[in-house]
Amino acid sequence: MKTAMETKSRAPLIPYLLWMALFVIAPIALVVYYSFLDLNGNFTFANYKNFFSAAYLRMTLTSFWYAFLITFFTFVFAYPAAYLLTRTKHKHLWLMLIIVPSWINLLLKTYAFIGILGLYGPINAVLEVFGFEPTQMLFTDFSYIFVAVYIFIPFMILPIFNSLDKLDKSLVYAARDLGASGWTTFRRVVFPLTIDGVKAGIQVTFIPALSLFMITRLIAGNKVITLGTAIEQQFLVAHNWGMGSTIAVFLIVIMAASMIFTGTMMRGGRAG
Amino acid sequence: MSRISASGKICLAVMFVILYAPIFYLIFYSFNSGGTMSGFESFSLEHYAAVIEDPRLIVILIHTVLIALLSGLIATVIGTLGAIGIVSLKDKRMRHALLSLNNVLIVSPDVVIGASFLVLFTMIGAQLGFGSVLISHVAFSVPIVVLMVLPKLLEMNPLLIDAAQDLGATKRDVFTRVIVPYIKPGIFAGFFMALTYSLDDFAVTFFVTGNGFSTLSVEIYSMARTGITLTINAVSTIVFLITMLVVVGYHLVTSRARAAETEVQR
Repeated sequence: MKTAMETKSRAPLIPYLLWMALFVIAPIALVVYYSFLDLNGNFTFANYKNFFSAAYLRMTLTSFWYAFLITFFTFVFAYPAAYLLTRTKHKHLWLMLIIVPSWINLLLKTYAFIGILGLYGPINAVLEVFGFEPTQMLFTDFSYIFVAVYIFIPFMILPIFNSLDKLDKSLVYAARDLGASGWTTFRRVVFPLTIDGVKAGIQVTFIPALSLFMITRLIAGNKVITLGTAIEQQFLVAHNWGMGSTIAVFLIVIMAASMIFTGTMMRGGRAG
Repeated sequence: MSRISASGKICLAVMFVILYAPIFYLIFYSFNSGGTMSGFESFSLEHYAAVIEDPRLIVILIHTVLIALLSGLIATVIGTLGAIGIVSLKDKRMRHALLSLNNVLIVSPDVVIGASFLVLFTMIGAQLGFGSVLISHVAFSVPIVVLMVLPKLLEMNPLLIDAAQDLGATKRDVFTRVIVPYIKPGIFAGFFMALTYSLDDFAVTFFVTGNGFSTLSVEIYSMARTGITLTINAVSTIVFLITMLVVVGYHLVTSRARAAETEVQR
């Protein structure tokens, strides 16, 4: 079938192609190249050997574990919220209100939690009213995961909301008419039909969660070291670009895998 | 149909409270005459005065907005042209490859984008500062614009173009008077998204900012690392108000556009 602009010239594509070559292909190629260099710029496999050492593997595993927990809790809260939102009266207005906090600068929100979770913050004040001893909640696993989930929730809700919103309601009614319980309808009809939204939501949560470094520094107080923290450390503190690039290459591989995993989602424009 | 149980309402309400609490918490303490975010002493505007009296902070705010607007504009132009180009490709494999490439920057973790751009800028010997930050922001915004414009292009009926050409429209006319008006909502959404991505970015900027130049995110990071300063709270109130203005403005423009669209369809 003819698409809209087949007869048109290809001139508009040129700046875009140049841009992509310069800022997608070249940086990735450079990172791969640097991952084979040692501190003096000589060719080496040492970075990779280092990466597969016990210390780095442990860090990678913890990084994955935290990212998994963050994604899991974000999903657990986001899906019901998205579902409830689609059933409200002015759903687009409410959705907008969910999205607004995500437009407030990330750093400001994180900074707010330094105060909220702190020893003299409001949460401890409330706990004290109920007779609990105030505890330092900052710099713990809990605070790290809580803040990360808080940050990611709007990004997870958005794609899930969109796929729920597109869902043909008559399919739900049909399932119910045919005797499916609410739970069965959800499990066999609603959820499978919104799986693309869920995948998109997981994608926008999991990979960023693997590479967070600002929240780990400010909220987890360097107790949690993620792959992102390690890259920042190698590039900007240790100035070991080779090692930093090696970790970056690993993240790029993970990213490619996730793109294949969600590949069905954005199939090059028109599916036919 | 759109009925929602009481418990559902409560869940949503709790969610909204939690989502907004940190923001209002920051704003509340920006008026605290004390120096901490616990124990409100008395109402004071001293922290706002501190923001206004700090020329460095004002310059950073201006830079942040400038970077967002400029990168949004440039990315919108490149991205819109790119989307039109992608749709015009006959080869399906080529199209698929380009779209995957497009998604790479969207899925890439910020840290990887930042680090790889740092390597790139160093390799070509570019100085880190306003220019490198601007280019980086354009770079990660272009794919978003493409994604926002693409659906509009795909839903457009190709017969519209044929009709215009049959009626004697030149290629330019087709572009400016048929395609662009049709995909305008997508372009607008793309620009808006680029704007918010730029304003919100920390990690990429952090890597390519060099010494001397700073955006709001990077500045807050370095301020927050030394502890709590209520100046940040005052800044956050200002940022919140600006964000709300932009959101309301965007909402008004899009709802007007939507109203116009339904008018036409009628």
